[in-house]
Amino acid sequence: MIVADRKPIQEILAMVKADKKILILGCKGCVTVCNVGGVKESEILASTLKIARKQQGKDIDIDVRVLERQCDTEYVAQIKDIVNDYESVVSLACGVGPQFLSEMYKEKKFYPGVNTTFFGGAVQHGIWEERCGGCGTCSIHDFGGLCPIARCAKSLLHGPCGGSTKGICEVNPDTICVWDAIVTKKMAAGEIGDLMGVKGFKDWRSARDGGPRRSIREELIQGNI
Amino acid sequence: MRLSYPSNIKIIQLPCTGRIDIIHLLNAIENGADGVYVAGCLEGECHFIQGNLKARKKVEYVKKTLTELGIEPERVEMFNLSSAQGARFAQIANEMVDRIRQLGPTPVKKVHAA
Repeated sequence: MIVADRKPIQEILAMVKADKKILILGCKGCVTVCNVGGVKESEILASTLKIARKQQGKDIDIDVRVLERQCDTEYVAQIKDIVNDYESVVSLACGVGPQFLSEMYKEKKFYPGVNTTFFGGAVQHGIWEERCGGCGTCSIHDFGGLCPIARCAKSLLHGPCGGSTKGICEVNPDTICVWDAIVTKKMAAGEIGDLMGVKGFKDWRSARDGGPRRSIREELIQGNI
Repeated sequence: MRLSYPSNIKIIQLPCTGRIDIIHLLNAIENGADGVYVAGCLEGECHFIQGNLKARKKVEYVKKTLTELGIEPERVEMFNLSSAQGARFAQIANEMVDRIRQLGPTPVKKVHAA
């Protein structure tokens, strides 16, 4: 899933400081799963903003709405009848949400209520870790099922580097050296020979280096399936 | 026992403090409560195992939120006592009321829509 962190409340307050009627728009997708932008978090943000405004003795009117997703136009269209009732909208979806909203409702102001961070998963309740770099040419199977693109600080294809100590990356003591894990796993499986060859250059054009990407599925566009 | 405790406390009964959520505590502050406290069972004696421990975590979260907003976190508190400790209940009520009196009225003012 896409993982995000909530923005500091003072940052959100600064964004909406001039607005009196605000909509907090949550998302039932990834940000609900990572506990940052679902129903519960949207209501908590609304209440926190109200407390802050009342503390300043200022009037504020906040409503909460949570969409199934904010990354599909049919769901974004569900607020078309109410969006003009608000001066601004704080989206608690990932960075896709405020953009889909801004594209559909060009006159309105949409603020991001979260900082979108990475593609990952929860390794335990409350801790999420990055697992995918979205590079567009997945070759996890070549590395014992572990991704060196997302999980090696240098995205090395031939590792580990000299910064690996006792299975830990020099960049952060909380980060494992994924190359140490890859080599350990391959050795245990008796497949270390798979890592001995020299891999060709990775084609980074399928990653962000090739500019913004598009995924086109002709059969879906034609509506055949 | 005939113990007395301050009459300005509004008691909301729950089957377990595990039912309390962050939004309930925030709503109380938002709607003008000068302080809110949660009186849960003694730690280790929750009938539902972790209800009171979870409630404490939620209280801590709200304290952090209030601090971020520049509001005294002491306005929200968690206490643990058993249902047999009537004297302690009255003592906590007095303690909390004294604390709030020292802090003064809530900085969250009632605002009327223009």
